[in-house]
Amino acid sequence: MAADPETDAPPEQPRGLSRRALLGGFAGALGVGAVGFAGGRLTADTSVAAASATSDAYAFTGVHQAGIVTPAQDRLHFATFDVTTDSREDLVTLLREWTHAAARMTQGLDAGELGATSGPYDAPPDDTGEAIGLPASGLTITFGFGPSLFHDADGVDRFGLGDHRPTLLEELPHFPADMLEDARCGGDIAIQACANDPQVAVHAIRNLSRIAFGTASVRWSQLGYGRTSTTSTSQATPRNLFGFKDGTANVKAEETDAVDEFIWVDDDGSTPAWLAGGSYMIARRIRMTIETWDRAPLREQEAIVGRTKAEGAPLSGGDEFTEPDFTATGRDDVPLIDPSSHVALAHPDANDGARMLRRGYNYTDGSDGLGRLDAGLFFLAYVKDPSTQYVPMQNRLSRNDTMMEYLRHTGSGLWAVPPGVPDGSATGGTEGAFIGQGLFEA
Amino acid sequence: MTSRPRLAALPAVAALTLGVAACTPNEPADGSTDAQSITVSSTAETCDVSAAEAPSGHLVFNVTNDGDEVTEFYLLAEDGLRIISEVENVGPGITRDLVLTAAPGEYITACKPGMVGEGIRAGFTVTDSGADVAPTGELADQVDAATVNYVAYVKDQTEQLLTGTEEFVDAVSTGDDEAARELYAPVRVHWERIEPVAESFGDLDPRMDLREADLEEGQEWTGWHLLEKDLWAPDAGDNGGVEYEPLTDAERTAYADQLLADTQDLYDRTHDAAFAEQIDAAAIGNGAKSLLDEVATGKITGEEEIWSHTDLWDFQANVDGAQVAYDGLRDVVVGKDPDLAEDLDTRFDTLQDLLDAQREGDGFVLYTDLTEDEVRELAAAVDALGEPLSHLTASVVL
Repeated sequence: MAADPETDAPPEQPRGLSRRALLGGFAGALGVGAVGFAGGRLTADTSVAAASATSDAYAFTGVHQAGIVTPAQDRLHFATFDVTTDSREDLVTLLREWTHAAARMTQGLDAGELGATSGPYDAPPDDTGEAIGLPASGLTITFGFGPSLFHDADGVDRFGLGDHRPTLLEELPHFPADMLEDARCGGDIAIQACANDPQVAVHAIRNLSRIAFGTASVRWSQLGYGRTSTTSTSQATPRNLFGFKDGTANVKAEETDAVDEFIWVDDDGSTPAWLAGGSYMIARRIRMTIETWDRAPLREQEAIVGRTKAEGAPLSGGDEFTEPDFTATGRDDVPLIDPSSHVALAHPDANDGARMLRRGYNYTDGSDGLGRLDAGLFFLAYVKDPSTQYVPMQNRLSRNDTMMEYLRHTGSGLWAVPPGVPDGSATGGTEGAFIGQGLFEA
Repeated sequence: MTSRPRLAALPAVAALTLGVAACTPNEPADGSTDAQSITVSSTAETCDVSAAEAPSGHLVFNVTNDGDEVTEFYLLAEDGLRIISEVENVGPGITRDLVLTAAPGEYITACKPGMVGEGIRAGFTVTDSGADVAPTGELADQVDAATVNYVAYVKDQTEQLLTGTEEFVDAVSTGDDEAARELYAPVRVHWERIEPVAESFGDLDPRMDLREADLEEGQEWTGWHLLEKDLWAPDAGDNGGVEYEPLTDAERTAYADQLLADTQDLYDRTHDAAFAEQIDAAAIGNGAKSLLDEVATGKITGEEEIWSHTDLWDFQANVDGAQVAYDGLRDVVVGKDPDLAEDLDTRFDTLQDLLDAQREGDGFVLYTDLTEDEVRELAAAVDALGEPLSHLTASVVL
């Protein structure tokens, strides 16, 4: 049976303070200090950001942005934006406003300080209101900057940032069998909102989009559910829509050495200093041809994945967490794990030891016009160096993976994820700290 | 059409053992009785079968490898020689089911840790439960006939493909575009009918049938679809905004010659004795399913022939190939699962009727001439056939 994510989710009981409670009773006491509400709980290192027993809110501030090593929540709303202005000043203003609203919403507060049900009676409220009464729900909001923010499609450096573009931040190459749709690719800025309640995640993107009108507009967005990866050893491995456990060999937050080695950009002069403590985010919308997969014999399904469907054990034997033995052979010396299976090609052994932190979600966008599910995996991954940790592996998978018969990549993007807003920073106003500040002050 | 190797050569469902006892598909026909589930624990020294007796009908042996070596589990006939059914390549710690329908009689169970020797054997009795277990004496002969016929079909198609490709290549090389365009779809039909076979040769398929989108950066594009694009040269708007640059005469000749050489290679390989040995009932059944998958993912969406729009020729050819594969096995299916056979007969007919409605001259209308409703109707018919067709293999090998 599929693992029950609930049992392994971060503690959420008792539920955190609801927006209504905050507004009614504690808003005054907390005031603008909302950002500090949970700030003290988290130290500025790579330790796991676990929701405390009294709140299901994760701190927004820290050395790194939340939403990366944070234990993967169950729901996703991901959106990318095109900046529609050429004004650097307007862009900075937007990032300030976004940072402030994001900091508030992750703590279970309304996007704006007046709230969803207050303010001038003749004005629209500064929060859209659908999250009233809902707790923070583990919401994290993570921002990334795409290559087009530095040079647009015509090579124009709209915001004077071109000199600070990290050399690794470039459009991903065309991979074999890519079937990318322009309307699901790229974007100057990407925002990943994850929460344990879909309405809270959607509320976040909706309010951030609203704040952006006139400065940036949504290019594309994607809803996801049923996290397909674990980012913490406290979580059970979930299943993807092929019905298999996914991401068993993922980098976990508790592997602090691995996180430092594979995820966070170093401050060693190899990349611009503004990105130190940040990461690179890769998104791929991978549609699964569900109907034909479901007609594949169990023998073929397991051979393609290289693991058993029941336990997720490698076909070379053992249990889920046993290392696959790619040299083990069966009858006629045929390898027990097919060399073209997904596990054989995606395993660090086949990729010069490269690992990544995957944070993907299942998605189902209804059906296509032919009555087939438009469903699959919204792959999200964080790496220190996409040119060594992702591109070679994806080329290998796209070329050789027997699973590709049942996959088509329809969306794609790469973004540089700046470090977090330091603990204790004030946000909001014209002087507040903001995401990406280091880039704009570089 | 894809560059990925298929699992066509899945570890064979070893010696196809359609004996007196093993038959019928995966699920109990009436659904009223639960399958008799028997656990088996295989270790280096023991083969612990939870029961030595079971009533006839649907049986499941739940085989767990509790040892340190790869193991196998067999149900053998009373003579200890003939294999009724087996599971192989069970890694340490892994559990796999052996599902079969057993007739009353005496059998022998055997675990084979390390996959060597006689195995650890014990007697096993199937008592008469009164369940209907069809007699299947002629099945082995029927399967033999099916494989012989299917191999002959593949050879015949590669012969026609080779002849047709010679003509096509000649037209392309001499610059007779009109003739080449006329020949393109009808010749490719012979390729599409045996596509899973061609794909099982992992190196030939990408050279011959790769679409432009399947390429890796820096990879050279060759084969049918390269010439297709040159024959139906796209506007800049359909070419990623870039003006299409036609092949030079020398390039055309070179690519055409390579296509012909690769076709000759395919011909040679399918006419080699080793090829016939790979074809068994499972390969034929899985091939039929794969052909319908090709239709469902490539042809029904118009992705296969994006320049010529002759997808319906390929569509028909894939269905032809699946029909031939099924027809060869049909007697077996009728004997073991008449409902499945009836279902498949009906679904093939329905789909063929829909395709026939799109015939025009010797061929078909272009994909781009189909209405959305027509595409949807075809897609539904493909799914309706694909679902029962996915049970074909299990029905003939169990």
